[in-house]
Amino acid sequence: MRKVYSKIETIAGNVISVKADGVSYGELAEVSTSFGKSLAEVIKLDHGMVSLQVFAGGRGISTGDEIRFLGHPMKVSFSENLTGRIFNGSGIPRDKGPELTENMISIGGPSFNPAKRVIPRNMIRTGIPMIDLFNTLVESQKLPIFSVSGEPYNELLARIAMQAEVDLIILGGMGLKYDDYLFFKDTLEEGGALSRTIMFVHTASDPTVECLMVPDISLAVAEKFALQGKKVLVLLTDMTNFADAMKEIAITQEQVPSNRGYPGDLYSQLASRYEKAVDIEGSGSITILGVTTMPGDDVTHPVPDNTGYITEGQYYLKNGRIEPFGSLSRLKQQVNDKTREDHRALMDGMIKLYAAYKDSLEKQSMGFQMSAWDDKLLKYGHMFESVMMDLTVNIPLEKALDEGWRILSECFDPSETGMKSSLIEKFWPKKG
Amino acid sequence: MKQGKVVGINGNMVTVALESSVIMNEVGYIITDEGKRLKSEVIRVMGDEAQLQVFEITKGISIGDGCEFSGDLLAVELGPGLLGQVYDGLQNPLPELAEQAGYFLERGIYIDPLNRSRRWEFTPTAHEGDKVEKADVLGTVPEGPFKHAIMVPFNMLDSYTVKSIKPAGSYLITDTIAVVTDARGNEYNLTMSFQWPVKRAITCYEERLKPVEPMLTKTRVIDTFLPVAKGGTYCIPGPFGAGKTVLQQTTSKYADVDVVIVAACGERAGEVVETLKEFPELTDPKTGKSLMERTIIICNTSSMPVASREASVYTAVTLAEYYRQMGLDVLLLADSTSRWAQAMREMSGRLEEIPGEEAFPAYLESSIAGFYERAGIVRLRSGKKGSVTIGGTVSPAGGNFEEPVTQATLKVVGAFHGLSRERSDARKYPAIHPIDSWSKYKGIMDEKKTGEAYSLLKRGYEVEAMMKVVGEEGTSLADYLIYLEGDFLDAVYFQQNSFDAVDAAVAPERQELVFNKIHSLLKSKLKLNDKTEARSWFNSLRQKFLDWNYSEWESDDYVKLEKEIDAQIAGMKA
Repeated sequence: MRKVYSKIETIAGNVISVKADGVSYGELAEVSTSFGKSLAEVIKLDHGMVSLQVFAGGRGISTGDEIRFLGHPMKVSFSENLTGRIFNGSGIPRDKGPELTENMISIGGPSFNPAKRVIPRNMIRTGIPMIDLFNTLVESQKLPIFSVSGEPYNELLARIAMQAEVDLIILGGMGLKYDDYLFFKDTLEEGGALSRTIMFVHTASDPTVECLMVPDISLAVAEKFALQGKKVLVLLTDMTNFADAMKEIAITQEQVPSNRGYPGDLYSQLASRYEKAVDIEGSGSITILGVTTMPGDDVTHPVPDNTGYITEGQYYLKNGRIEPFGSLSRLKQQVNDKTREDHRALMDGMIKLYAAYKDSLEKQSMGFQMSAWDDKLLKYGHMFESVMMDLTVNIPLEKALDEGWRILSECFDPSETGMKSSLIEKFWPKKG
Repeated sequence: MKQGKVVGINGNMVTVALESSVIMNEVGYIITDEGKRLKSEVIRVMGDEAQLQVFEITKGISIGDGCEFSGDLLAVELGPGLLGQVYDGLQNPLPELAEQAGYFLERGIYIDPLNRSRRWEFTPTAHEGDKVEKADVLGTVPEGPFKHAIMVPFNMLDSYTVKSIKPAGSYLITDTIAVVTDARGNEYNLTMSFQWPVKRAITCYEERLKPVEPMLTKTRVIDTFLPVAKGGTYCIPGPFGAGKTVLQQTTSKYADVDVVIVAACGERAGEVVETLKEFPELTDPKTGKSLMERTIIICNTSSMPVASREASVYTAVTLAEYYRQMGLDVLLLADSTSRWAQAMREMSGRLEEIPGEEAFPAYLESSIAGFYERAGIVRLRSGKKGSVTIGGTVSPAGGNFEEPVTQATLKVVGAFHGLSRERSDARKYPAIHPIDSWSKYKGIMDEKKTGEAYSLLKRGYEVEAMMKVVGEEGTSLADYLIYLEGDFLDAVYFQQNSFDAVDAAVAPERQELVFNKIHSLLKSKLKLNDKTEARSWFNSLRQKFLDWNYSEWESDDYVKLEKEIDAQIAGMKA
């Protein structure tokens, strides 16, 4: 029987400390308070003094409350029974289902050996042309959606969750508004995707510490499924809340802040999560799509800035659309030569024309005279925006490519598009 | 064995109560319940307690766990077999680790950096009775394209007499190949390998020379305008997505040096994988062997423990200095030094040191200076020259160069290749900003000519900025021509396609020829009468020039295009 300690020495924020021995770093403890039991994690050991971070927060903890050390670090149950279930950041069910205790696995495990990695080679189809055609998502990629608050990023994630061609979706929600949580739940249920989804959700009203656990739990589970050969897509929303939770806890622990109050290890902390994305030779894979809201639309804010250095590109969500210029999938070159021969050429050609459309639009708004070419571009731009940039569609890549050719043929003569003649011969829609 | 007991743990810093004396920066091993031995380094001593940074995840360490001290500083193993290896920051070979531990980097597993069972063909060059000192050559073994010198260990400070030396034959690196005696008659058995502490520079040379000879990278903008010298230092700061890593990878492939050491420090693992899978397939144009045979990769990616990230750049530079000691030219590419600085910041925070700017420690500048100062071209005692060139990328927060790491780096490097967001957004690669960047080294080109090209480019930018305000209509034809000429120079010379087989690497002869052609065009007066004509003339010339850039040196296409270009220019000269 493990010893029970009942004299809490200090309580500061979410951190309590107690004199105890035989405790190891990262170990879990159970704190019994007047409002129920809460888990706590050992975050510092200093001689006899043990500091613990209480998941439910420090509010209401009495100095006489009992602490029982569990002798193991944070764990989560892993089995097929997880699918279709919803949990909170401590791994406790949020739905009405039973608590799972079988086959407990540790979270925050060691990182993948770089020598064992392979060059990414498979595309993930999402049915969204702005992704599939222009910035292809690749298996094992880590990609954030940079977005201003108020943009429909959760709608986009939910759509990807329903449409993406993967075996399993793990949704990690951090600091979600309760409405957003319900939105995800309802949308996935209605779309019939809940059965292949596992949700770990921390809502804005839950204790901050649980927010920190969400990415680790989600990725630990994802890793096990990937090792079993599953193609897993992990959706994390919103990583800025995760960073803010880290900031809050670092400040209450009196750590020296580095940039706008964020702790100095922000980069390492974010990287250790994003770097879990991997394609395992002869087995499954983990792909991470996260949301990073940019406070004040400022990409140089520490969270999007550090994220940009870690991830393999980014999707910019602006005015309800994936912006074609700022967005970049660094891995798209690995796969878009294997889809259809016209993919790369159409991707480059259409974006070039869209850039020309933007110039014409500027000319128009400044009151300059429009040439015939400008009129063609304006028509093209409108069609491009309404057909290609619509995020509420579900069309396969091939269909999207055909649509691209159709738009070009309705707006331009073949020679005006700058496309290779051999491709035009093959793909240009025949009249009549 | 000196020992201690764990009394405190905070992140990756462990406090140990000492039972005997301890050496600053000594390596210790924390022994966990599961019997795992976790490597760590003493970073502060306070009375009878010492603080150690652990190079592994510290989860599961308990109060009362044991700690063993090794008596040695953090060191690397030097000897034949380093080339072609992929190490982590502490010189653990990653492929071998994968064989033992599988997919994940399990902690507490340390593997010999050099293969203990591989035999090397040793040829002695020293003779019995020879007087030798540290770093003197005893013999050689073939390693990849080189003769790897087997030297007297650098930590043997006296002068010695060779008592016996093994005849030519094949030996393991642990076999004794020579026995030497010092003045008092003590005998020392020497093998082909030895240890050297990473944070101490190897200085077994006669003198350090001034770096004057250019180190060719085959990237036009660098070799022509912003040259780097052998034994020099340069830095590449840039915001994310500006192409730092692609530029480093191109340099690692084509640089005109003998050995390349790539230190992937706190960056994406995926990028290392590209190098790992690609290099064995590529051939080194200099030796005709696989590019991997001249390369060492030190790989401490962003998710690997942060303390070994701090050590990894030192590991890399120590290996570089070792090969310099054989008279070779070594290039060390560190990507990215900001992550290394951040590792120092994290440790400093744990030590509760008083923070400097942006919470970086006060010794940030001296650490950065100390690292870059380990570069240099030297004359060895044998008369041979060897060099270590260091190129480091910097990842400034928000792409703003006014931050401590960039500023501290700029103070100590000899060339600055600043990448700009505007250029990378406009897909102008390499995104080195031609105006903001500088180099203090001498390049291959006539400085008067490059200066003229530079000032034209600058004026072109000025005209472009002016045109944004007054429009094309309000610009005079003379100014407009300057703008077109600057734009032309930028498009066909400053920009280079690193994904094109030919354009990726341009030999110095070709650079010289192309640059002189452009230079003479820029100096001559053209008979262009209006802006539309000028624009279309430059557009067509640019297209021909780009095709010429993509055509193989002295191929039929190349000759044909050069004639066309000459004809077009000749036809327009006034």
